Amino acid sequence: MTTATHTLLDTAENPYALSHLDALEAESVHIFREVAGEFERPVILFSGGKDSIVMLHLALKAFWPAPVPFALLHVDTGHNFPEVLDYRDRAVARHNLRLHVAHVQDFIDDGRLRERPDGLRNPLQTVPLLDGIEQGKFDAVFGGGRRDEEKARAKERVFSLRDEFGAWDPRRQRPELWSLYNGKHAVGEHVRVFPLSNWTELDVWQYIERERIELPEIYYAHEREVFARNGMWLTAGEWGGPKETETVERRLVRYRTVGDMSCTGAVDSDAATIGDVIAEIAASRLTERGATRADDKVSEAAMEDRKREGYF
Amino acid sequence: MPTDLHNNQAPSENPFGEEATATALLRFATAGSVDDGKSTLVGRLLHDSKSVLADQLEAVERVSLSRGQEAPDLALLTDGLRAEREQGITIDVAYRYFATPRRRFILADTPGHVQYTRNMVTGASTAELAVVLVDARNGVVEQTRRHAAVAALLRVPHVVLAVNKMDLVEYAEPVFAAIAKEFTAYAASLGVEDVVAVPISALAGDNVVEPSAHMDWYGGPTLLEHLETVPVGSDPSEEPARFPVQYVIRPQSADFPDYRGYAGQLASGVLRTGDTVTVLPSGHVTTVAGIDALGKETDIAWAPQSVTVRLAEDIDVSRGDLIAAGSVPTPTKDVAATVCHLHERPLRAGDKVLLKHTTRTVRALVKEISYRIDIDSLEQRSGAEGLSVNDIGHVVLRTAEPLSLDDYTDNRRTGSFLLIDPADGTTLTAGMAGEAFDTVALEAADEEDWV
Repeated sequence: MTTATHTLLDTAENPYALSHLDALEAESVHIFREVAGEFERPVILFSGGKDSIVMLHLALKAFWPAPVPFALLHVDTGHNFPEVLDYRDRAVARHNLRLHVAHVQDFIDDGRLRERPDGLRNPLQTVPLLDGIEQGKFDAVFGGGRRDEEKARAKERVFSLRDEFGAWDPRRQRPELWSLYNGKHAVGEHVRVFPLSNWTELDVWQYIERERIELPEIYYAHEREVFARNGMWLTAGEWGGPKETETVERRLVRYRTVGDMSCTGAVDSDAATIGDVIAEIAASRLTERGATRADDKVSEAAMEDRKREGYF
Repeated sequence: MPTDLHNNQAPSENPFGEEATATALLRFATAGSVDDGKSTLVGRLLHDSKSVLADQLEAVERVSLSRGQEAPDLALLTDGLRAEREQGITIDVAYRYFATPRRRFILADTPGHVQYTRNMVTGASTAELAVVLVDARNGVVEQTRRHAAVAALLRVPHVVLAVNKMDLVEYAEPVFAAIAKEFTAYAASLGVEDVVAVPISALAGDNVVEPSAHMDWYGGPTLLEHLETVPVGSDPSEEPARFPVQYVIRPQSADFPDYRGYAGQLASGVLRTGDTVTVLPSGHVTTVAGIDALGKETDIAWAPQSVTVRLAEDIDVSRGDLIAAGSVPTPTKDVAATVCHLHERPLRAGDKVLLKHTTRTVRALVKEISYRIDIDSLEQRSGAEGLSVNDIGHVVLRTAEPLSLDDYTDNRRTGSFLLIDPADGTTLTAGMAGEAFDTVALEAADEEDWV
């Protein structure tokens, strides 16, 4: 009952076929160049995590042999992993980039933010982020968010308009067709841009392997002082763990995501190389966020609610 | 060439590495109403291809249980927003990702209600394949014809008719055969060349990922098998080269004092070093002096690669220009196009808008709204006052600067554009240069108009 008329070449015999990584790379580079062509002051949100590292790598390729025409913006929660800050500073120096840092601690110190009873600092990032965007007069802000991460993000646009409060309104999103991205915005508004929208966690890792991209060591298995809380291994440190009832132990772990120490959990792992990590992710029965993020578990719509407030 | 990006591992000859993975990417869209079981089908595809992980399934089970449902409602996997969960509807296009060892998939999950034509248009704009779902008990209905028409309008190369709920018609071959025959004939009249029909039950899992034990009479592929094997991409060597200039790269550094490259993504075709090209709209003819593929010099590039092109002559080329080879379009300020109106604010003759075509945004005037197309009958309704949200129609525009447009029929990237409200930047309308459907369908509609 099928009436197929295949006039097109099959992948195997088409010399012009692109692998999925090549296709994703071409699309992301296109997005970077659109932003460079349309906006006055774009900035790359850089956390030192693998997604923002891949973003920077793509930006370097997009504008070669010229330097990346964007600065970096980092929201420092005050509870960052030292290896990640070290990586950030080395990347900035190596590629001669400008770095803006918004410190959560500054906002706590002068009373604009209050420490939460649960010690989580990830939710506190939104205010310094929006302040950083306003101070820098940035009109386009690149984020490493991927639609595969979370179901509210599955609806996120590549060019996502934010109002003067930085808020996202899913009902006011602009339809996005073909590869025509609309970056028009009013003064005071800005556009969040997600060049990795169509990438999955596995794509990111396969690309890191293919491009031989260096990552902070915490992504690979290493021995670390951790303690258990809410089913995750958290790193012991000055940020507020462990409590008296929690015991520290030394375990072989690695991180799947990098965020604030107070809510980013490690997973038991002996994956010491990129190849090991890819094999481990491919076999994992848990999503990246399900395994390692405490703040997404707060409610059914935690991510959607935070995005509405201006979070990524 | 760059030798030091982030590499801290053993240096290789190619700083960016080039071990090609064989996996190709298929972008496809689904269309069908909630009642046809679209969310269940998408959930089934994700679930049976083992793309749903334990914590996601656990969340679905928890919510299903709290609602008093006995089995996990797979539709919950795809309804992401609070309002959707509360109302049990899908209000917007969502993108889903899954992979099999043979292929990576990007699924534009588009709500199929009558009032959401724009969502299917959005999803279909980037799709190489559209899955149109029908309920086996109802057969081809108005909505099915509408989905086929939108797929044809957007020039989606492959269409799959998924005849769902076969379990409710006792898996009867004649039911399927009649629906498949009717749909295939209709799609062919719209100019859709490749239609494959698959009898499925999304609820029971028949022929979605696993072959059905209930339909021995069906000899074709399961839905997933077809998605895995349908040829993707066109043959760029058969198309004229189109390269919209996005950005001019001029490092002016000690290492590259005179470098001037035009960055962009090939919209179609192949470019080689030495090729004769025309820069539009100026019409200047020159040759390709070199191509840089993201840090590595190459002598060939093809769609949809993002590269940087260097030209032999130092001529004035900037963002918005088109570097073209083969038969080149004639730049024009008069644009006739089929459009889908996307916004609640109507589009009327006399409106001043912005038009974004490839990398060029120009001012434009809506000179005429020629007719609205009744998407169910394909009849042209003339004398249209204006276009409302979800309307498809034909318009004539006048632009302030010439555009290098191809017909959408020939080129989905250089034939498409957006209309934008200059006051607040709202995306108003999606445009496709040229006429909507093949002459066959238009003639049929014309005849009806004469009756």
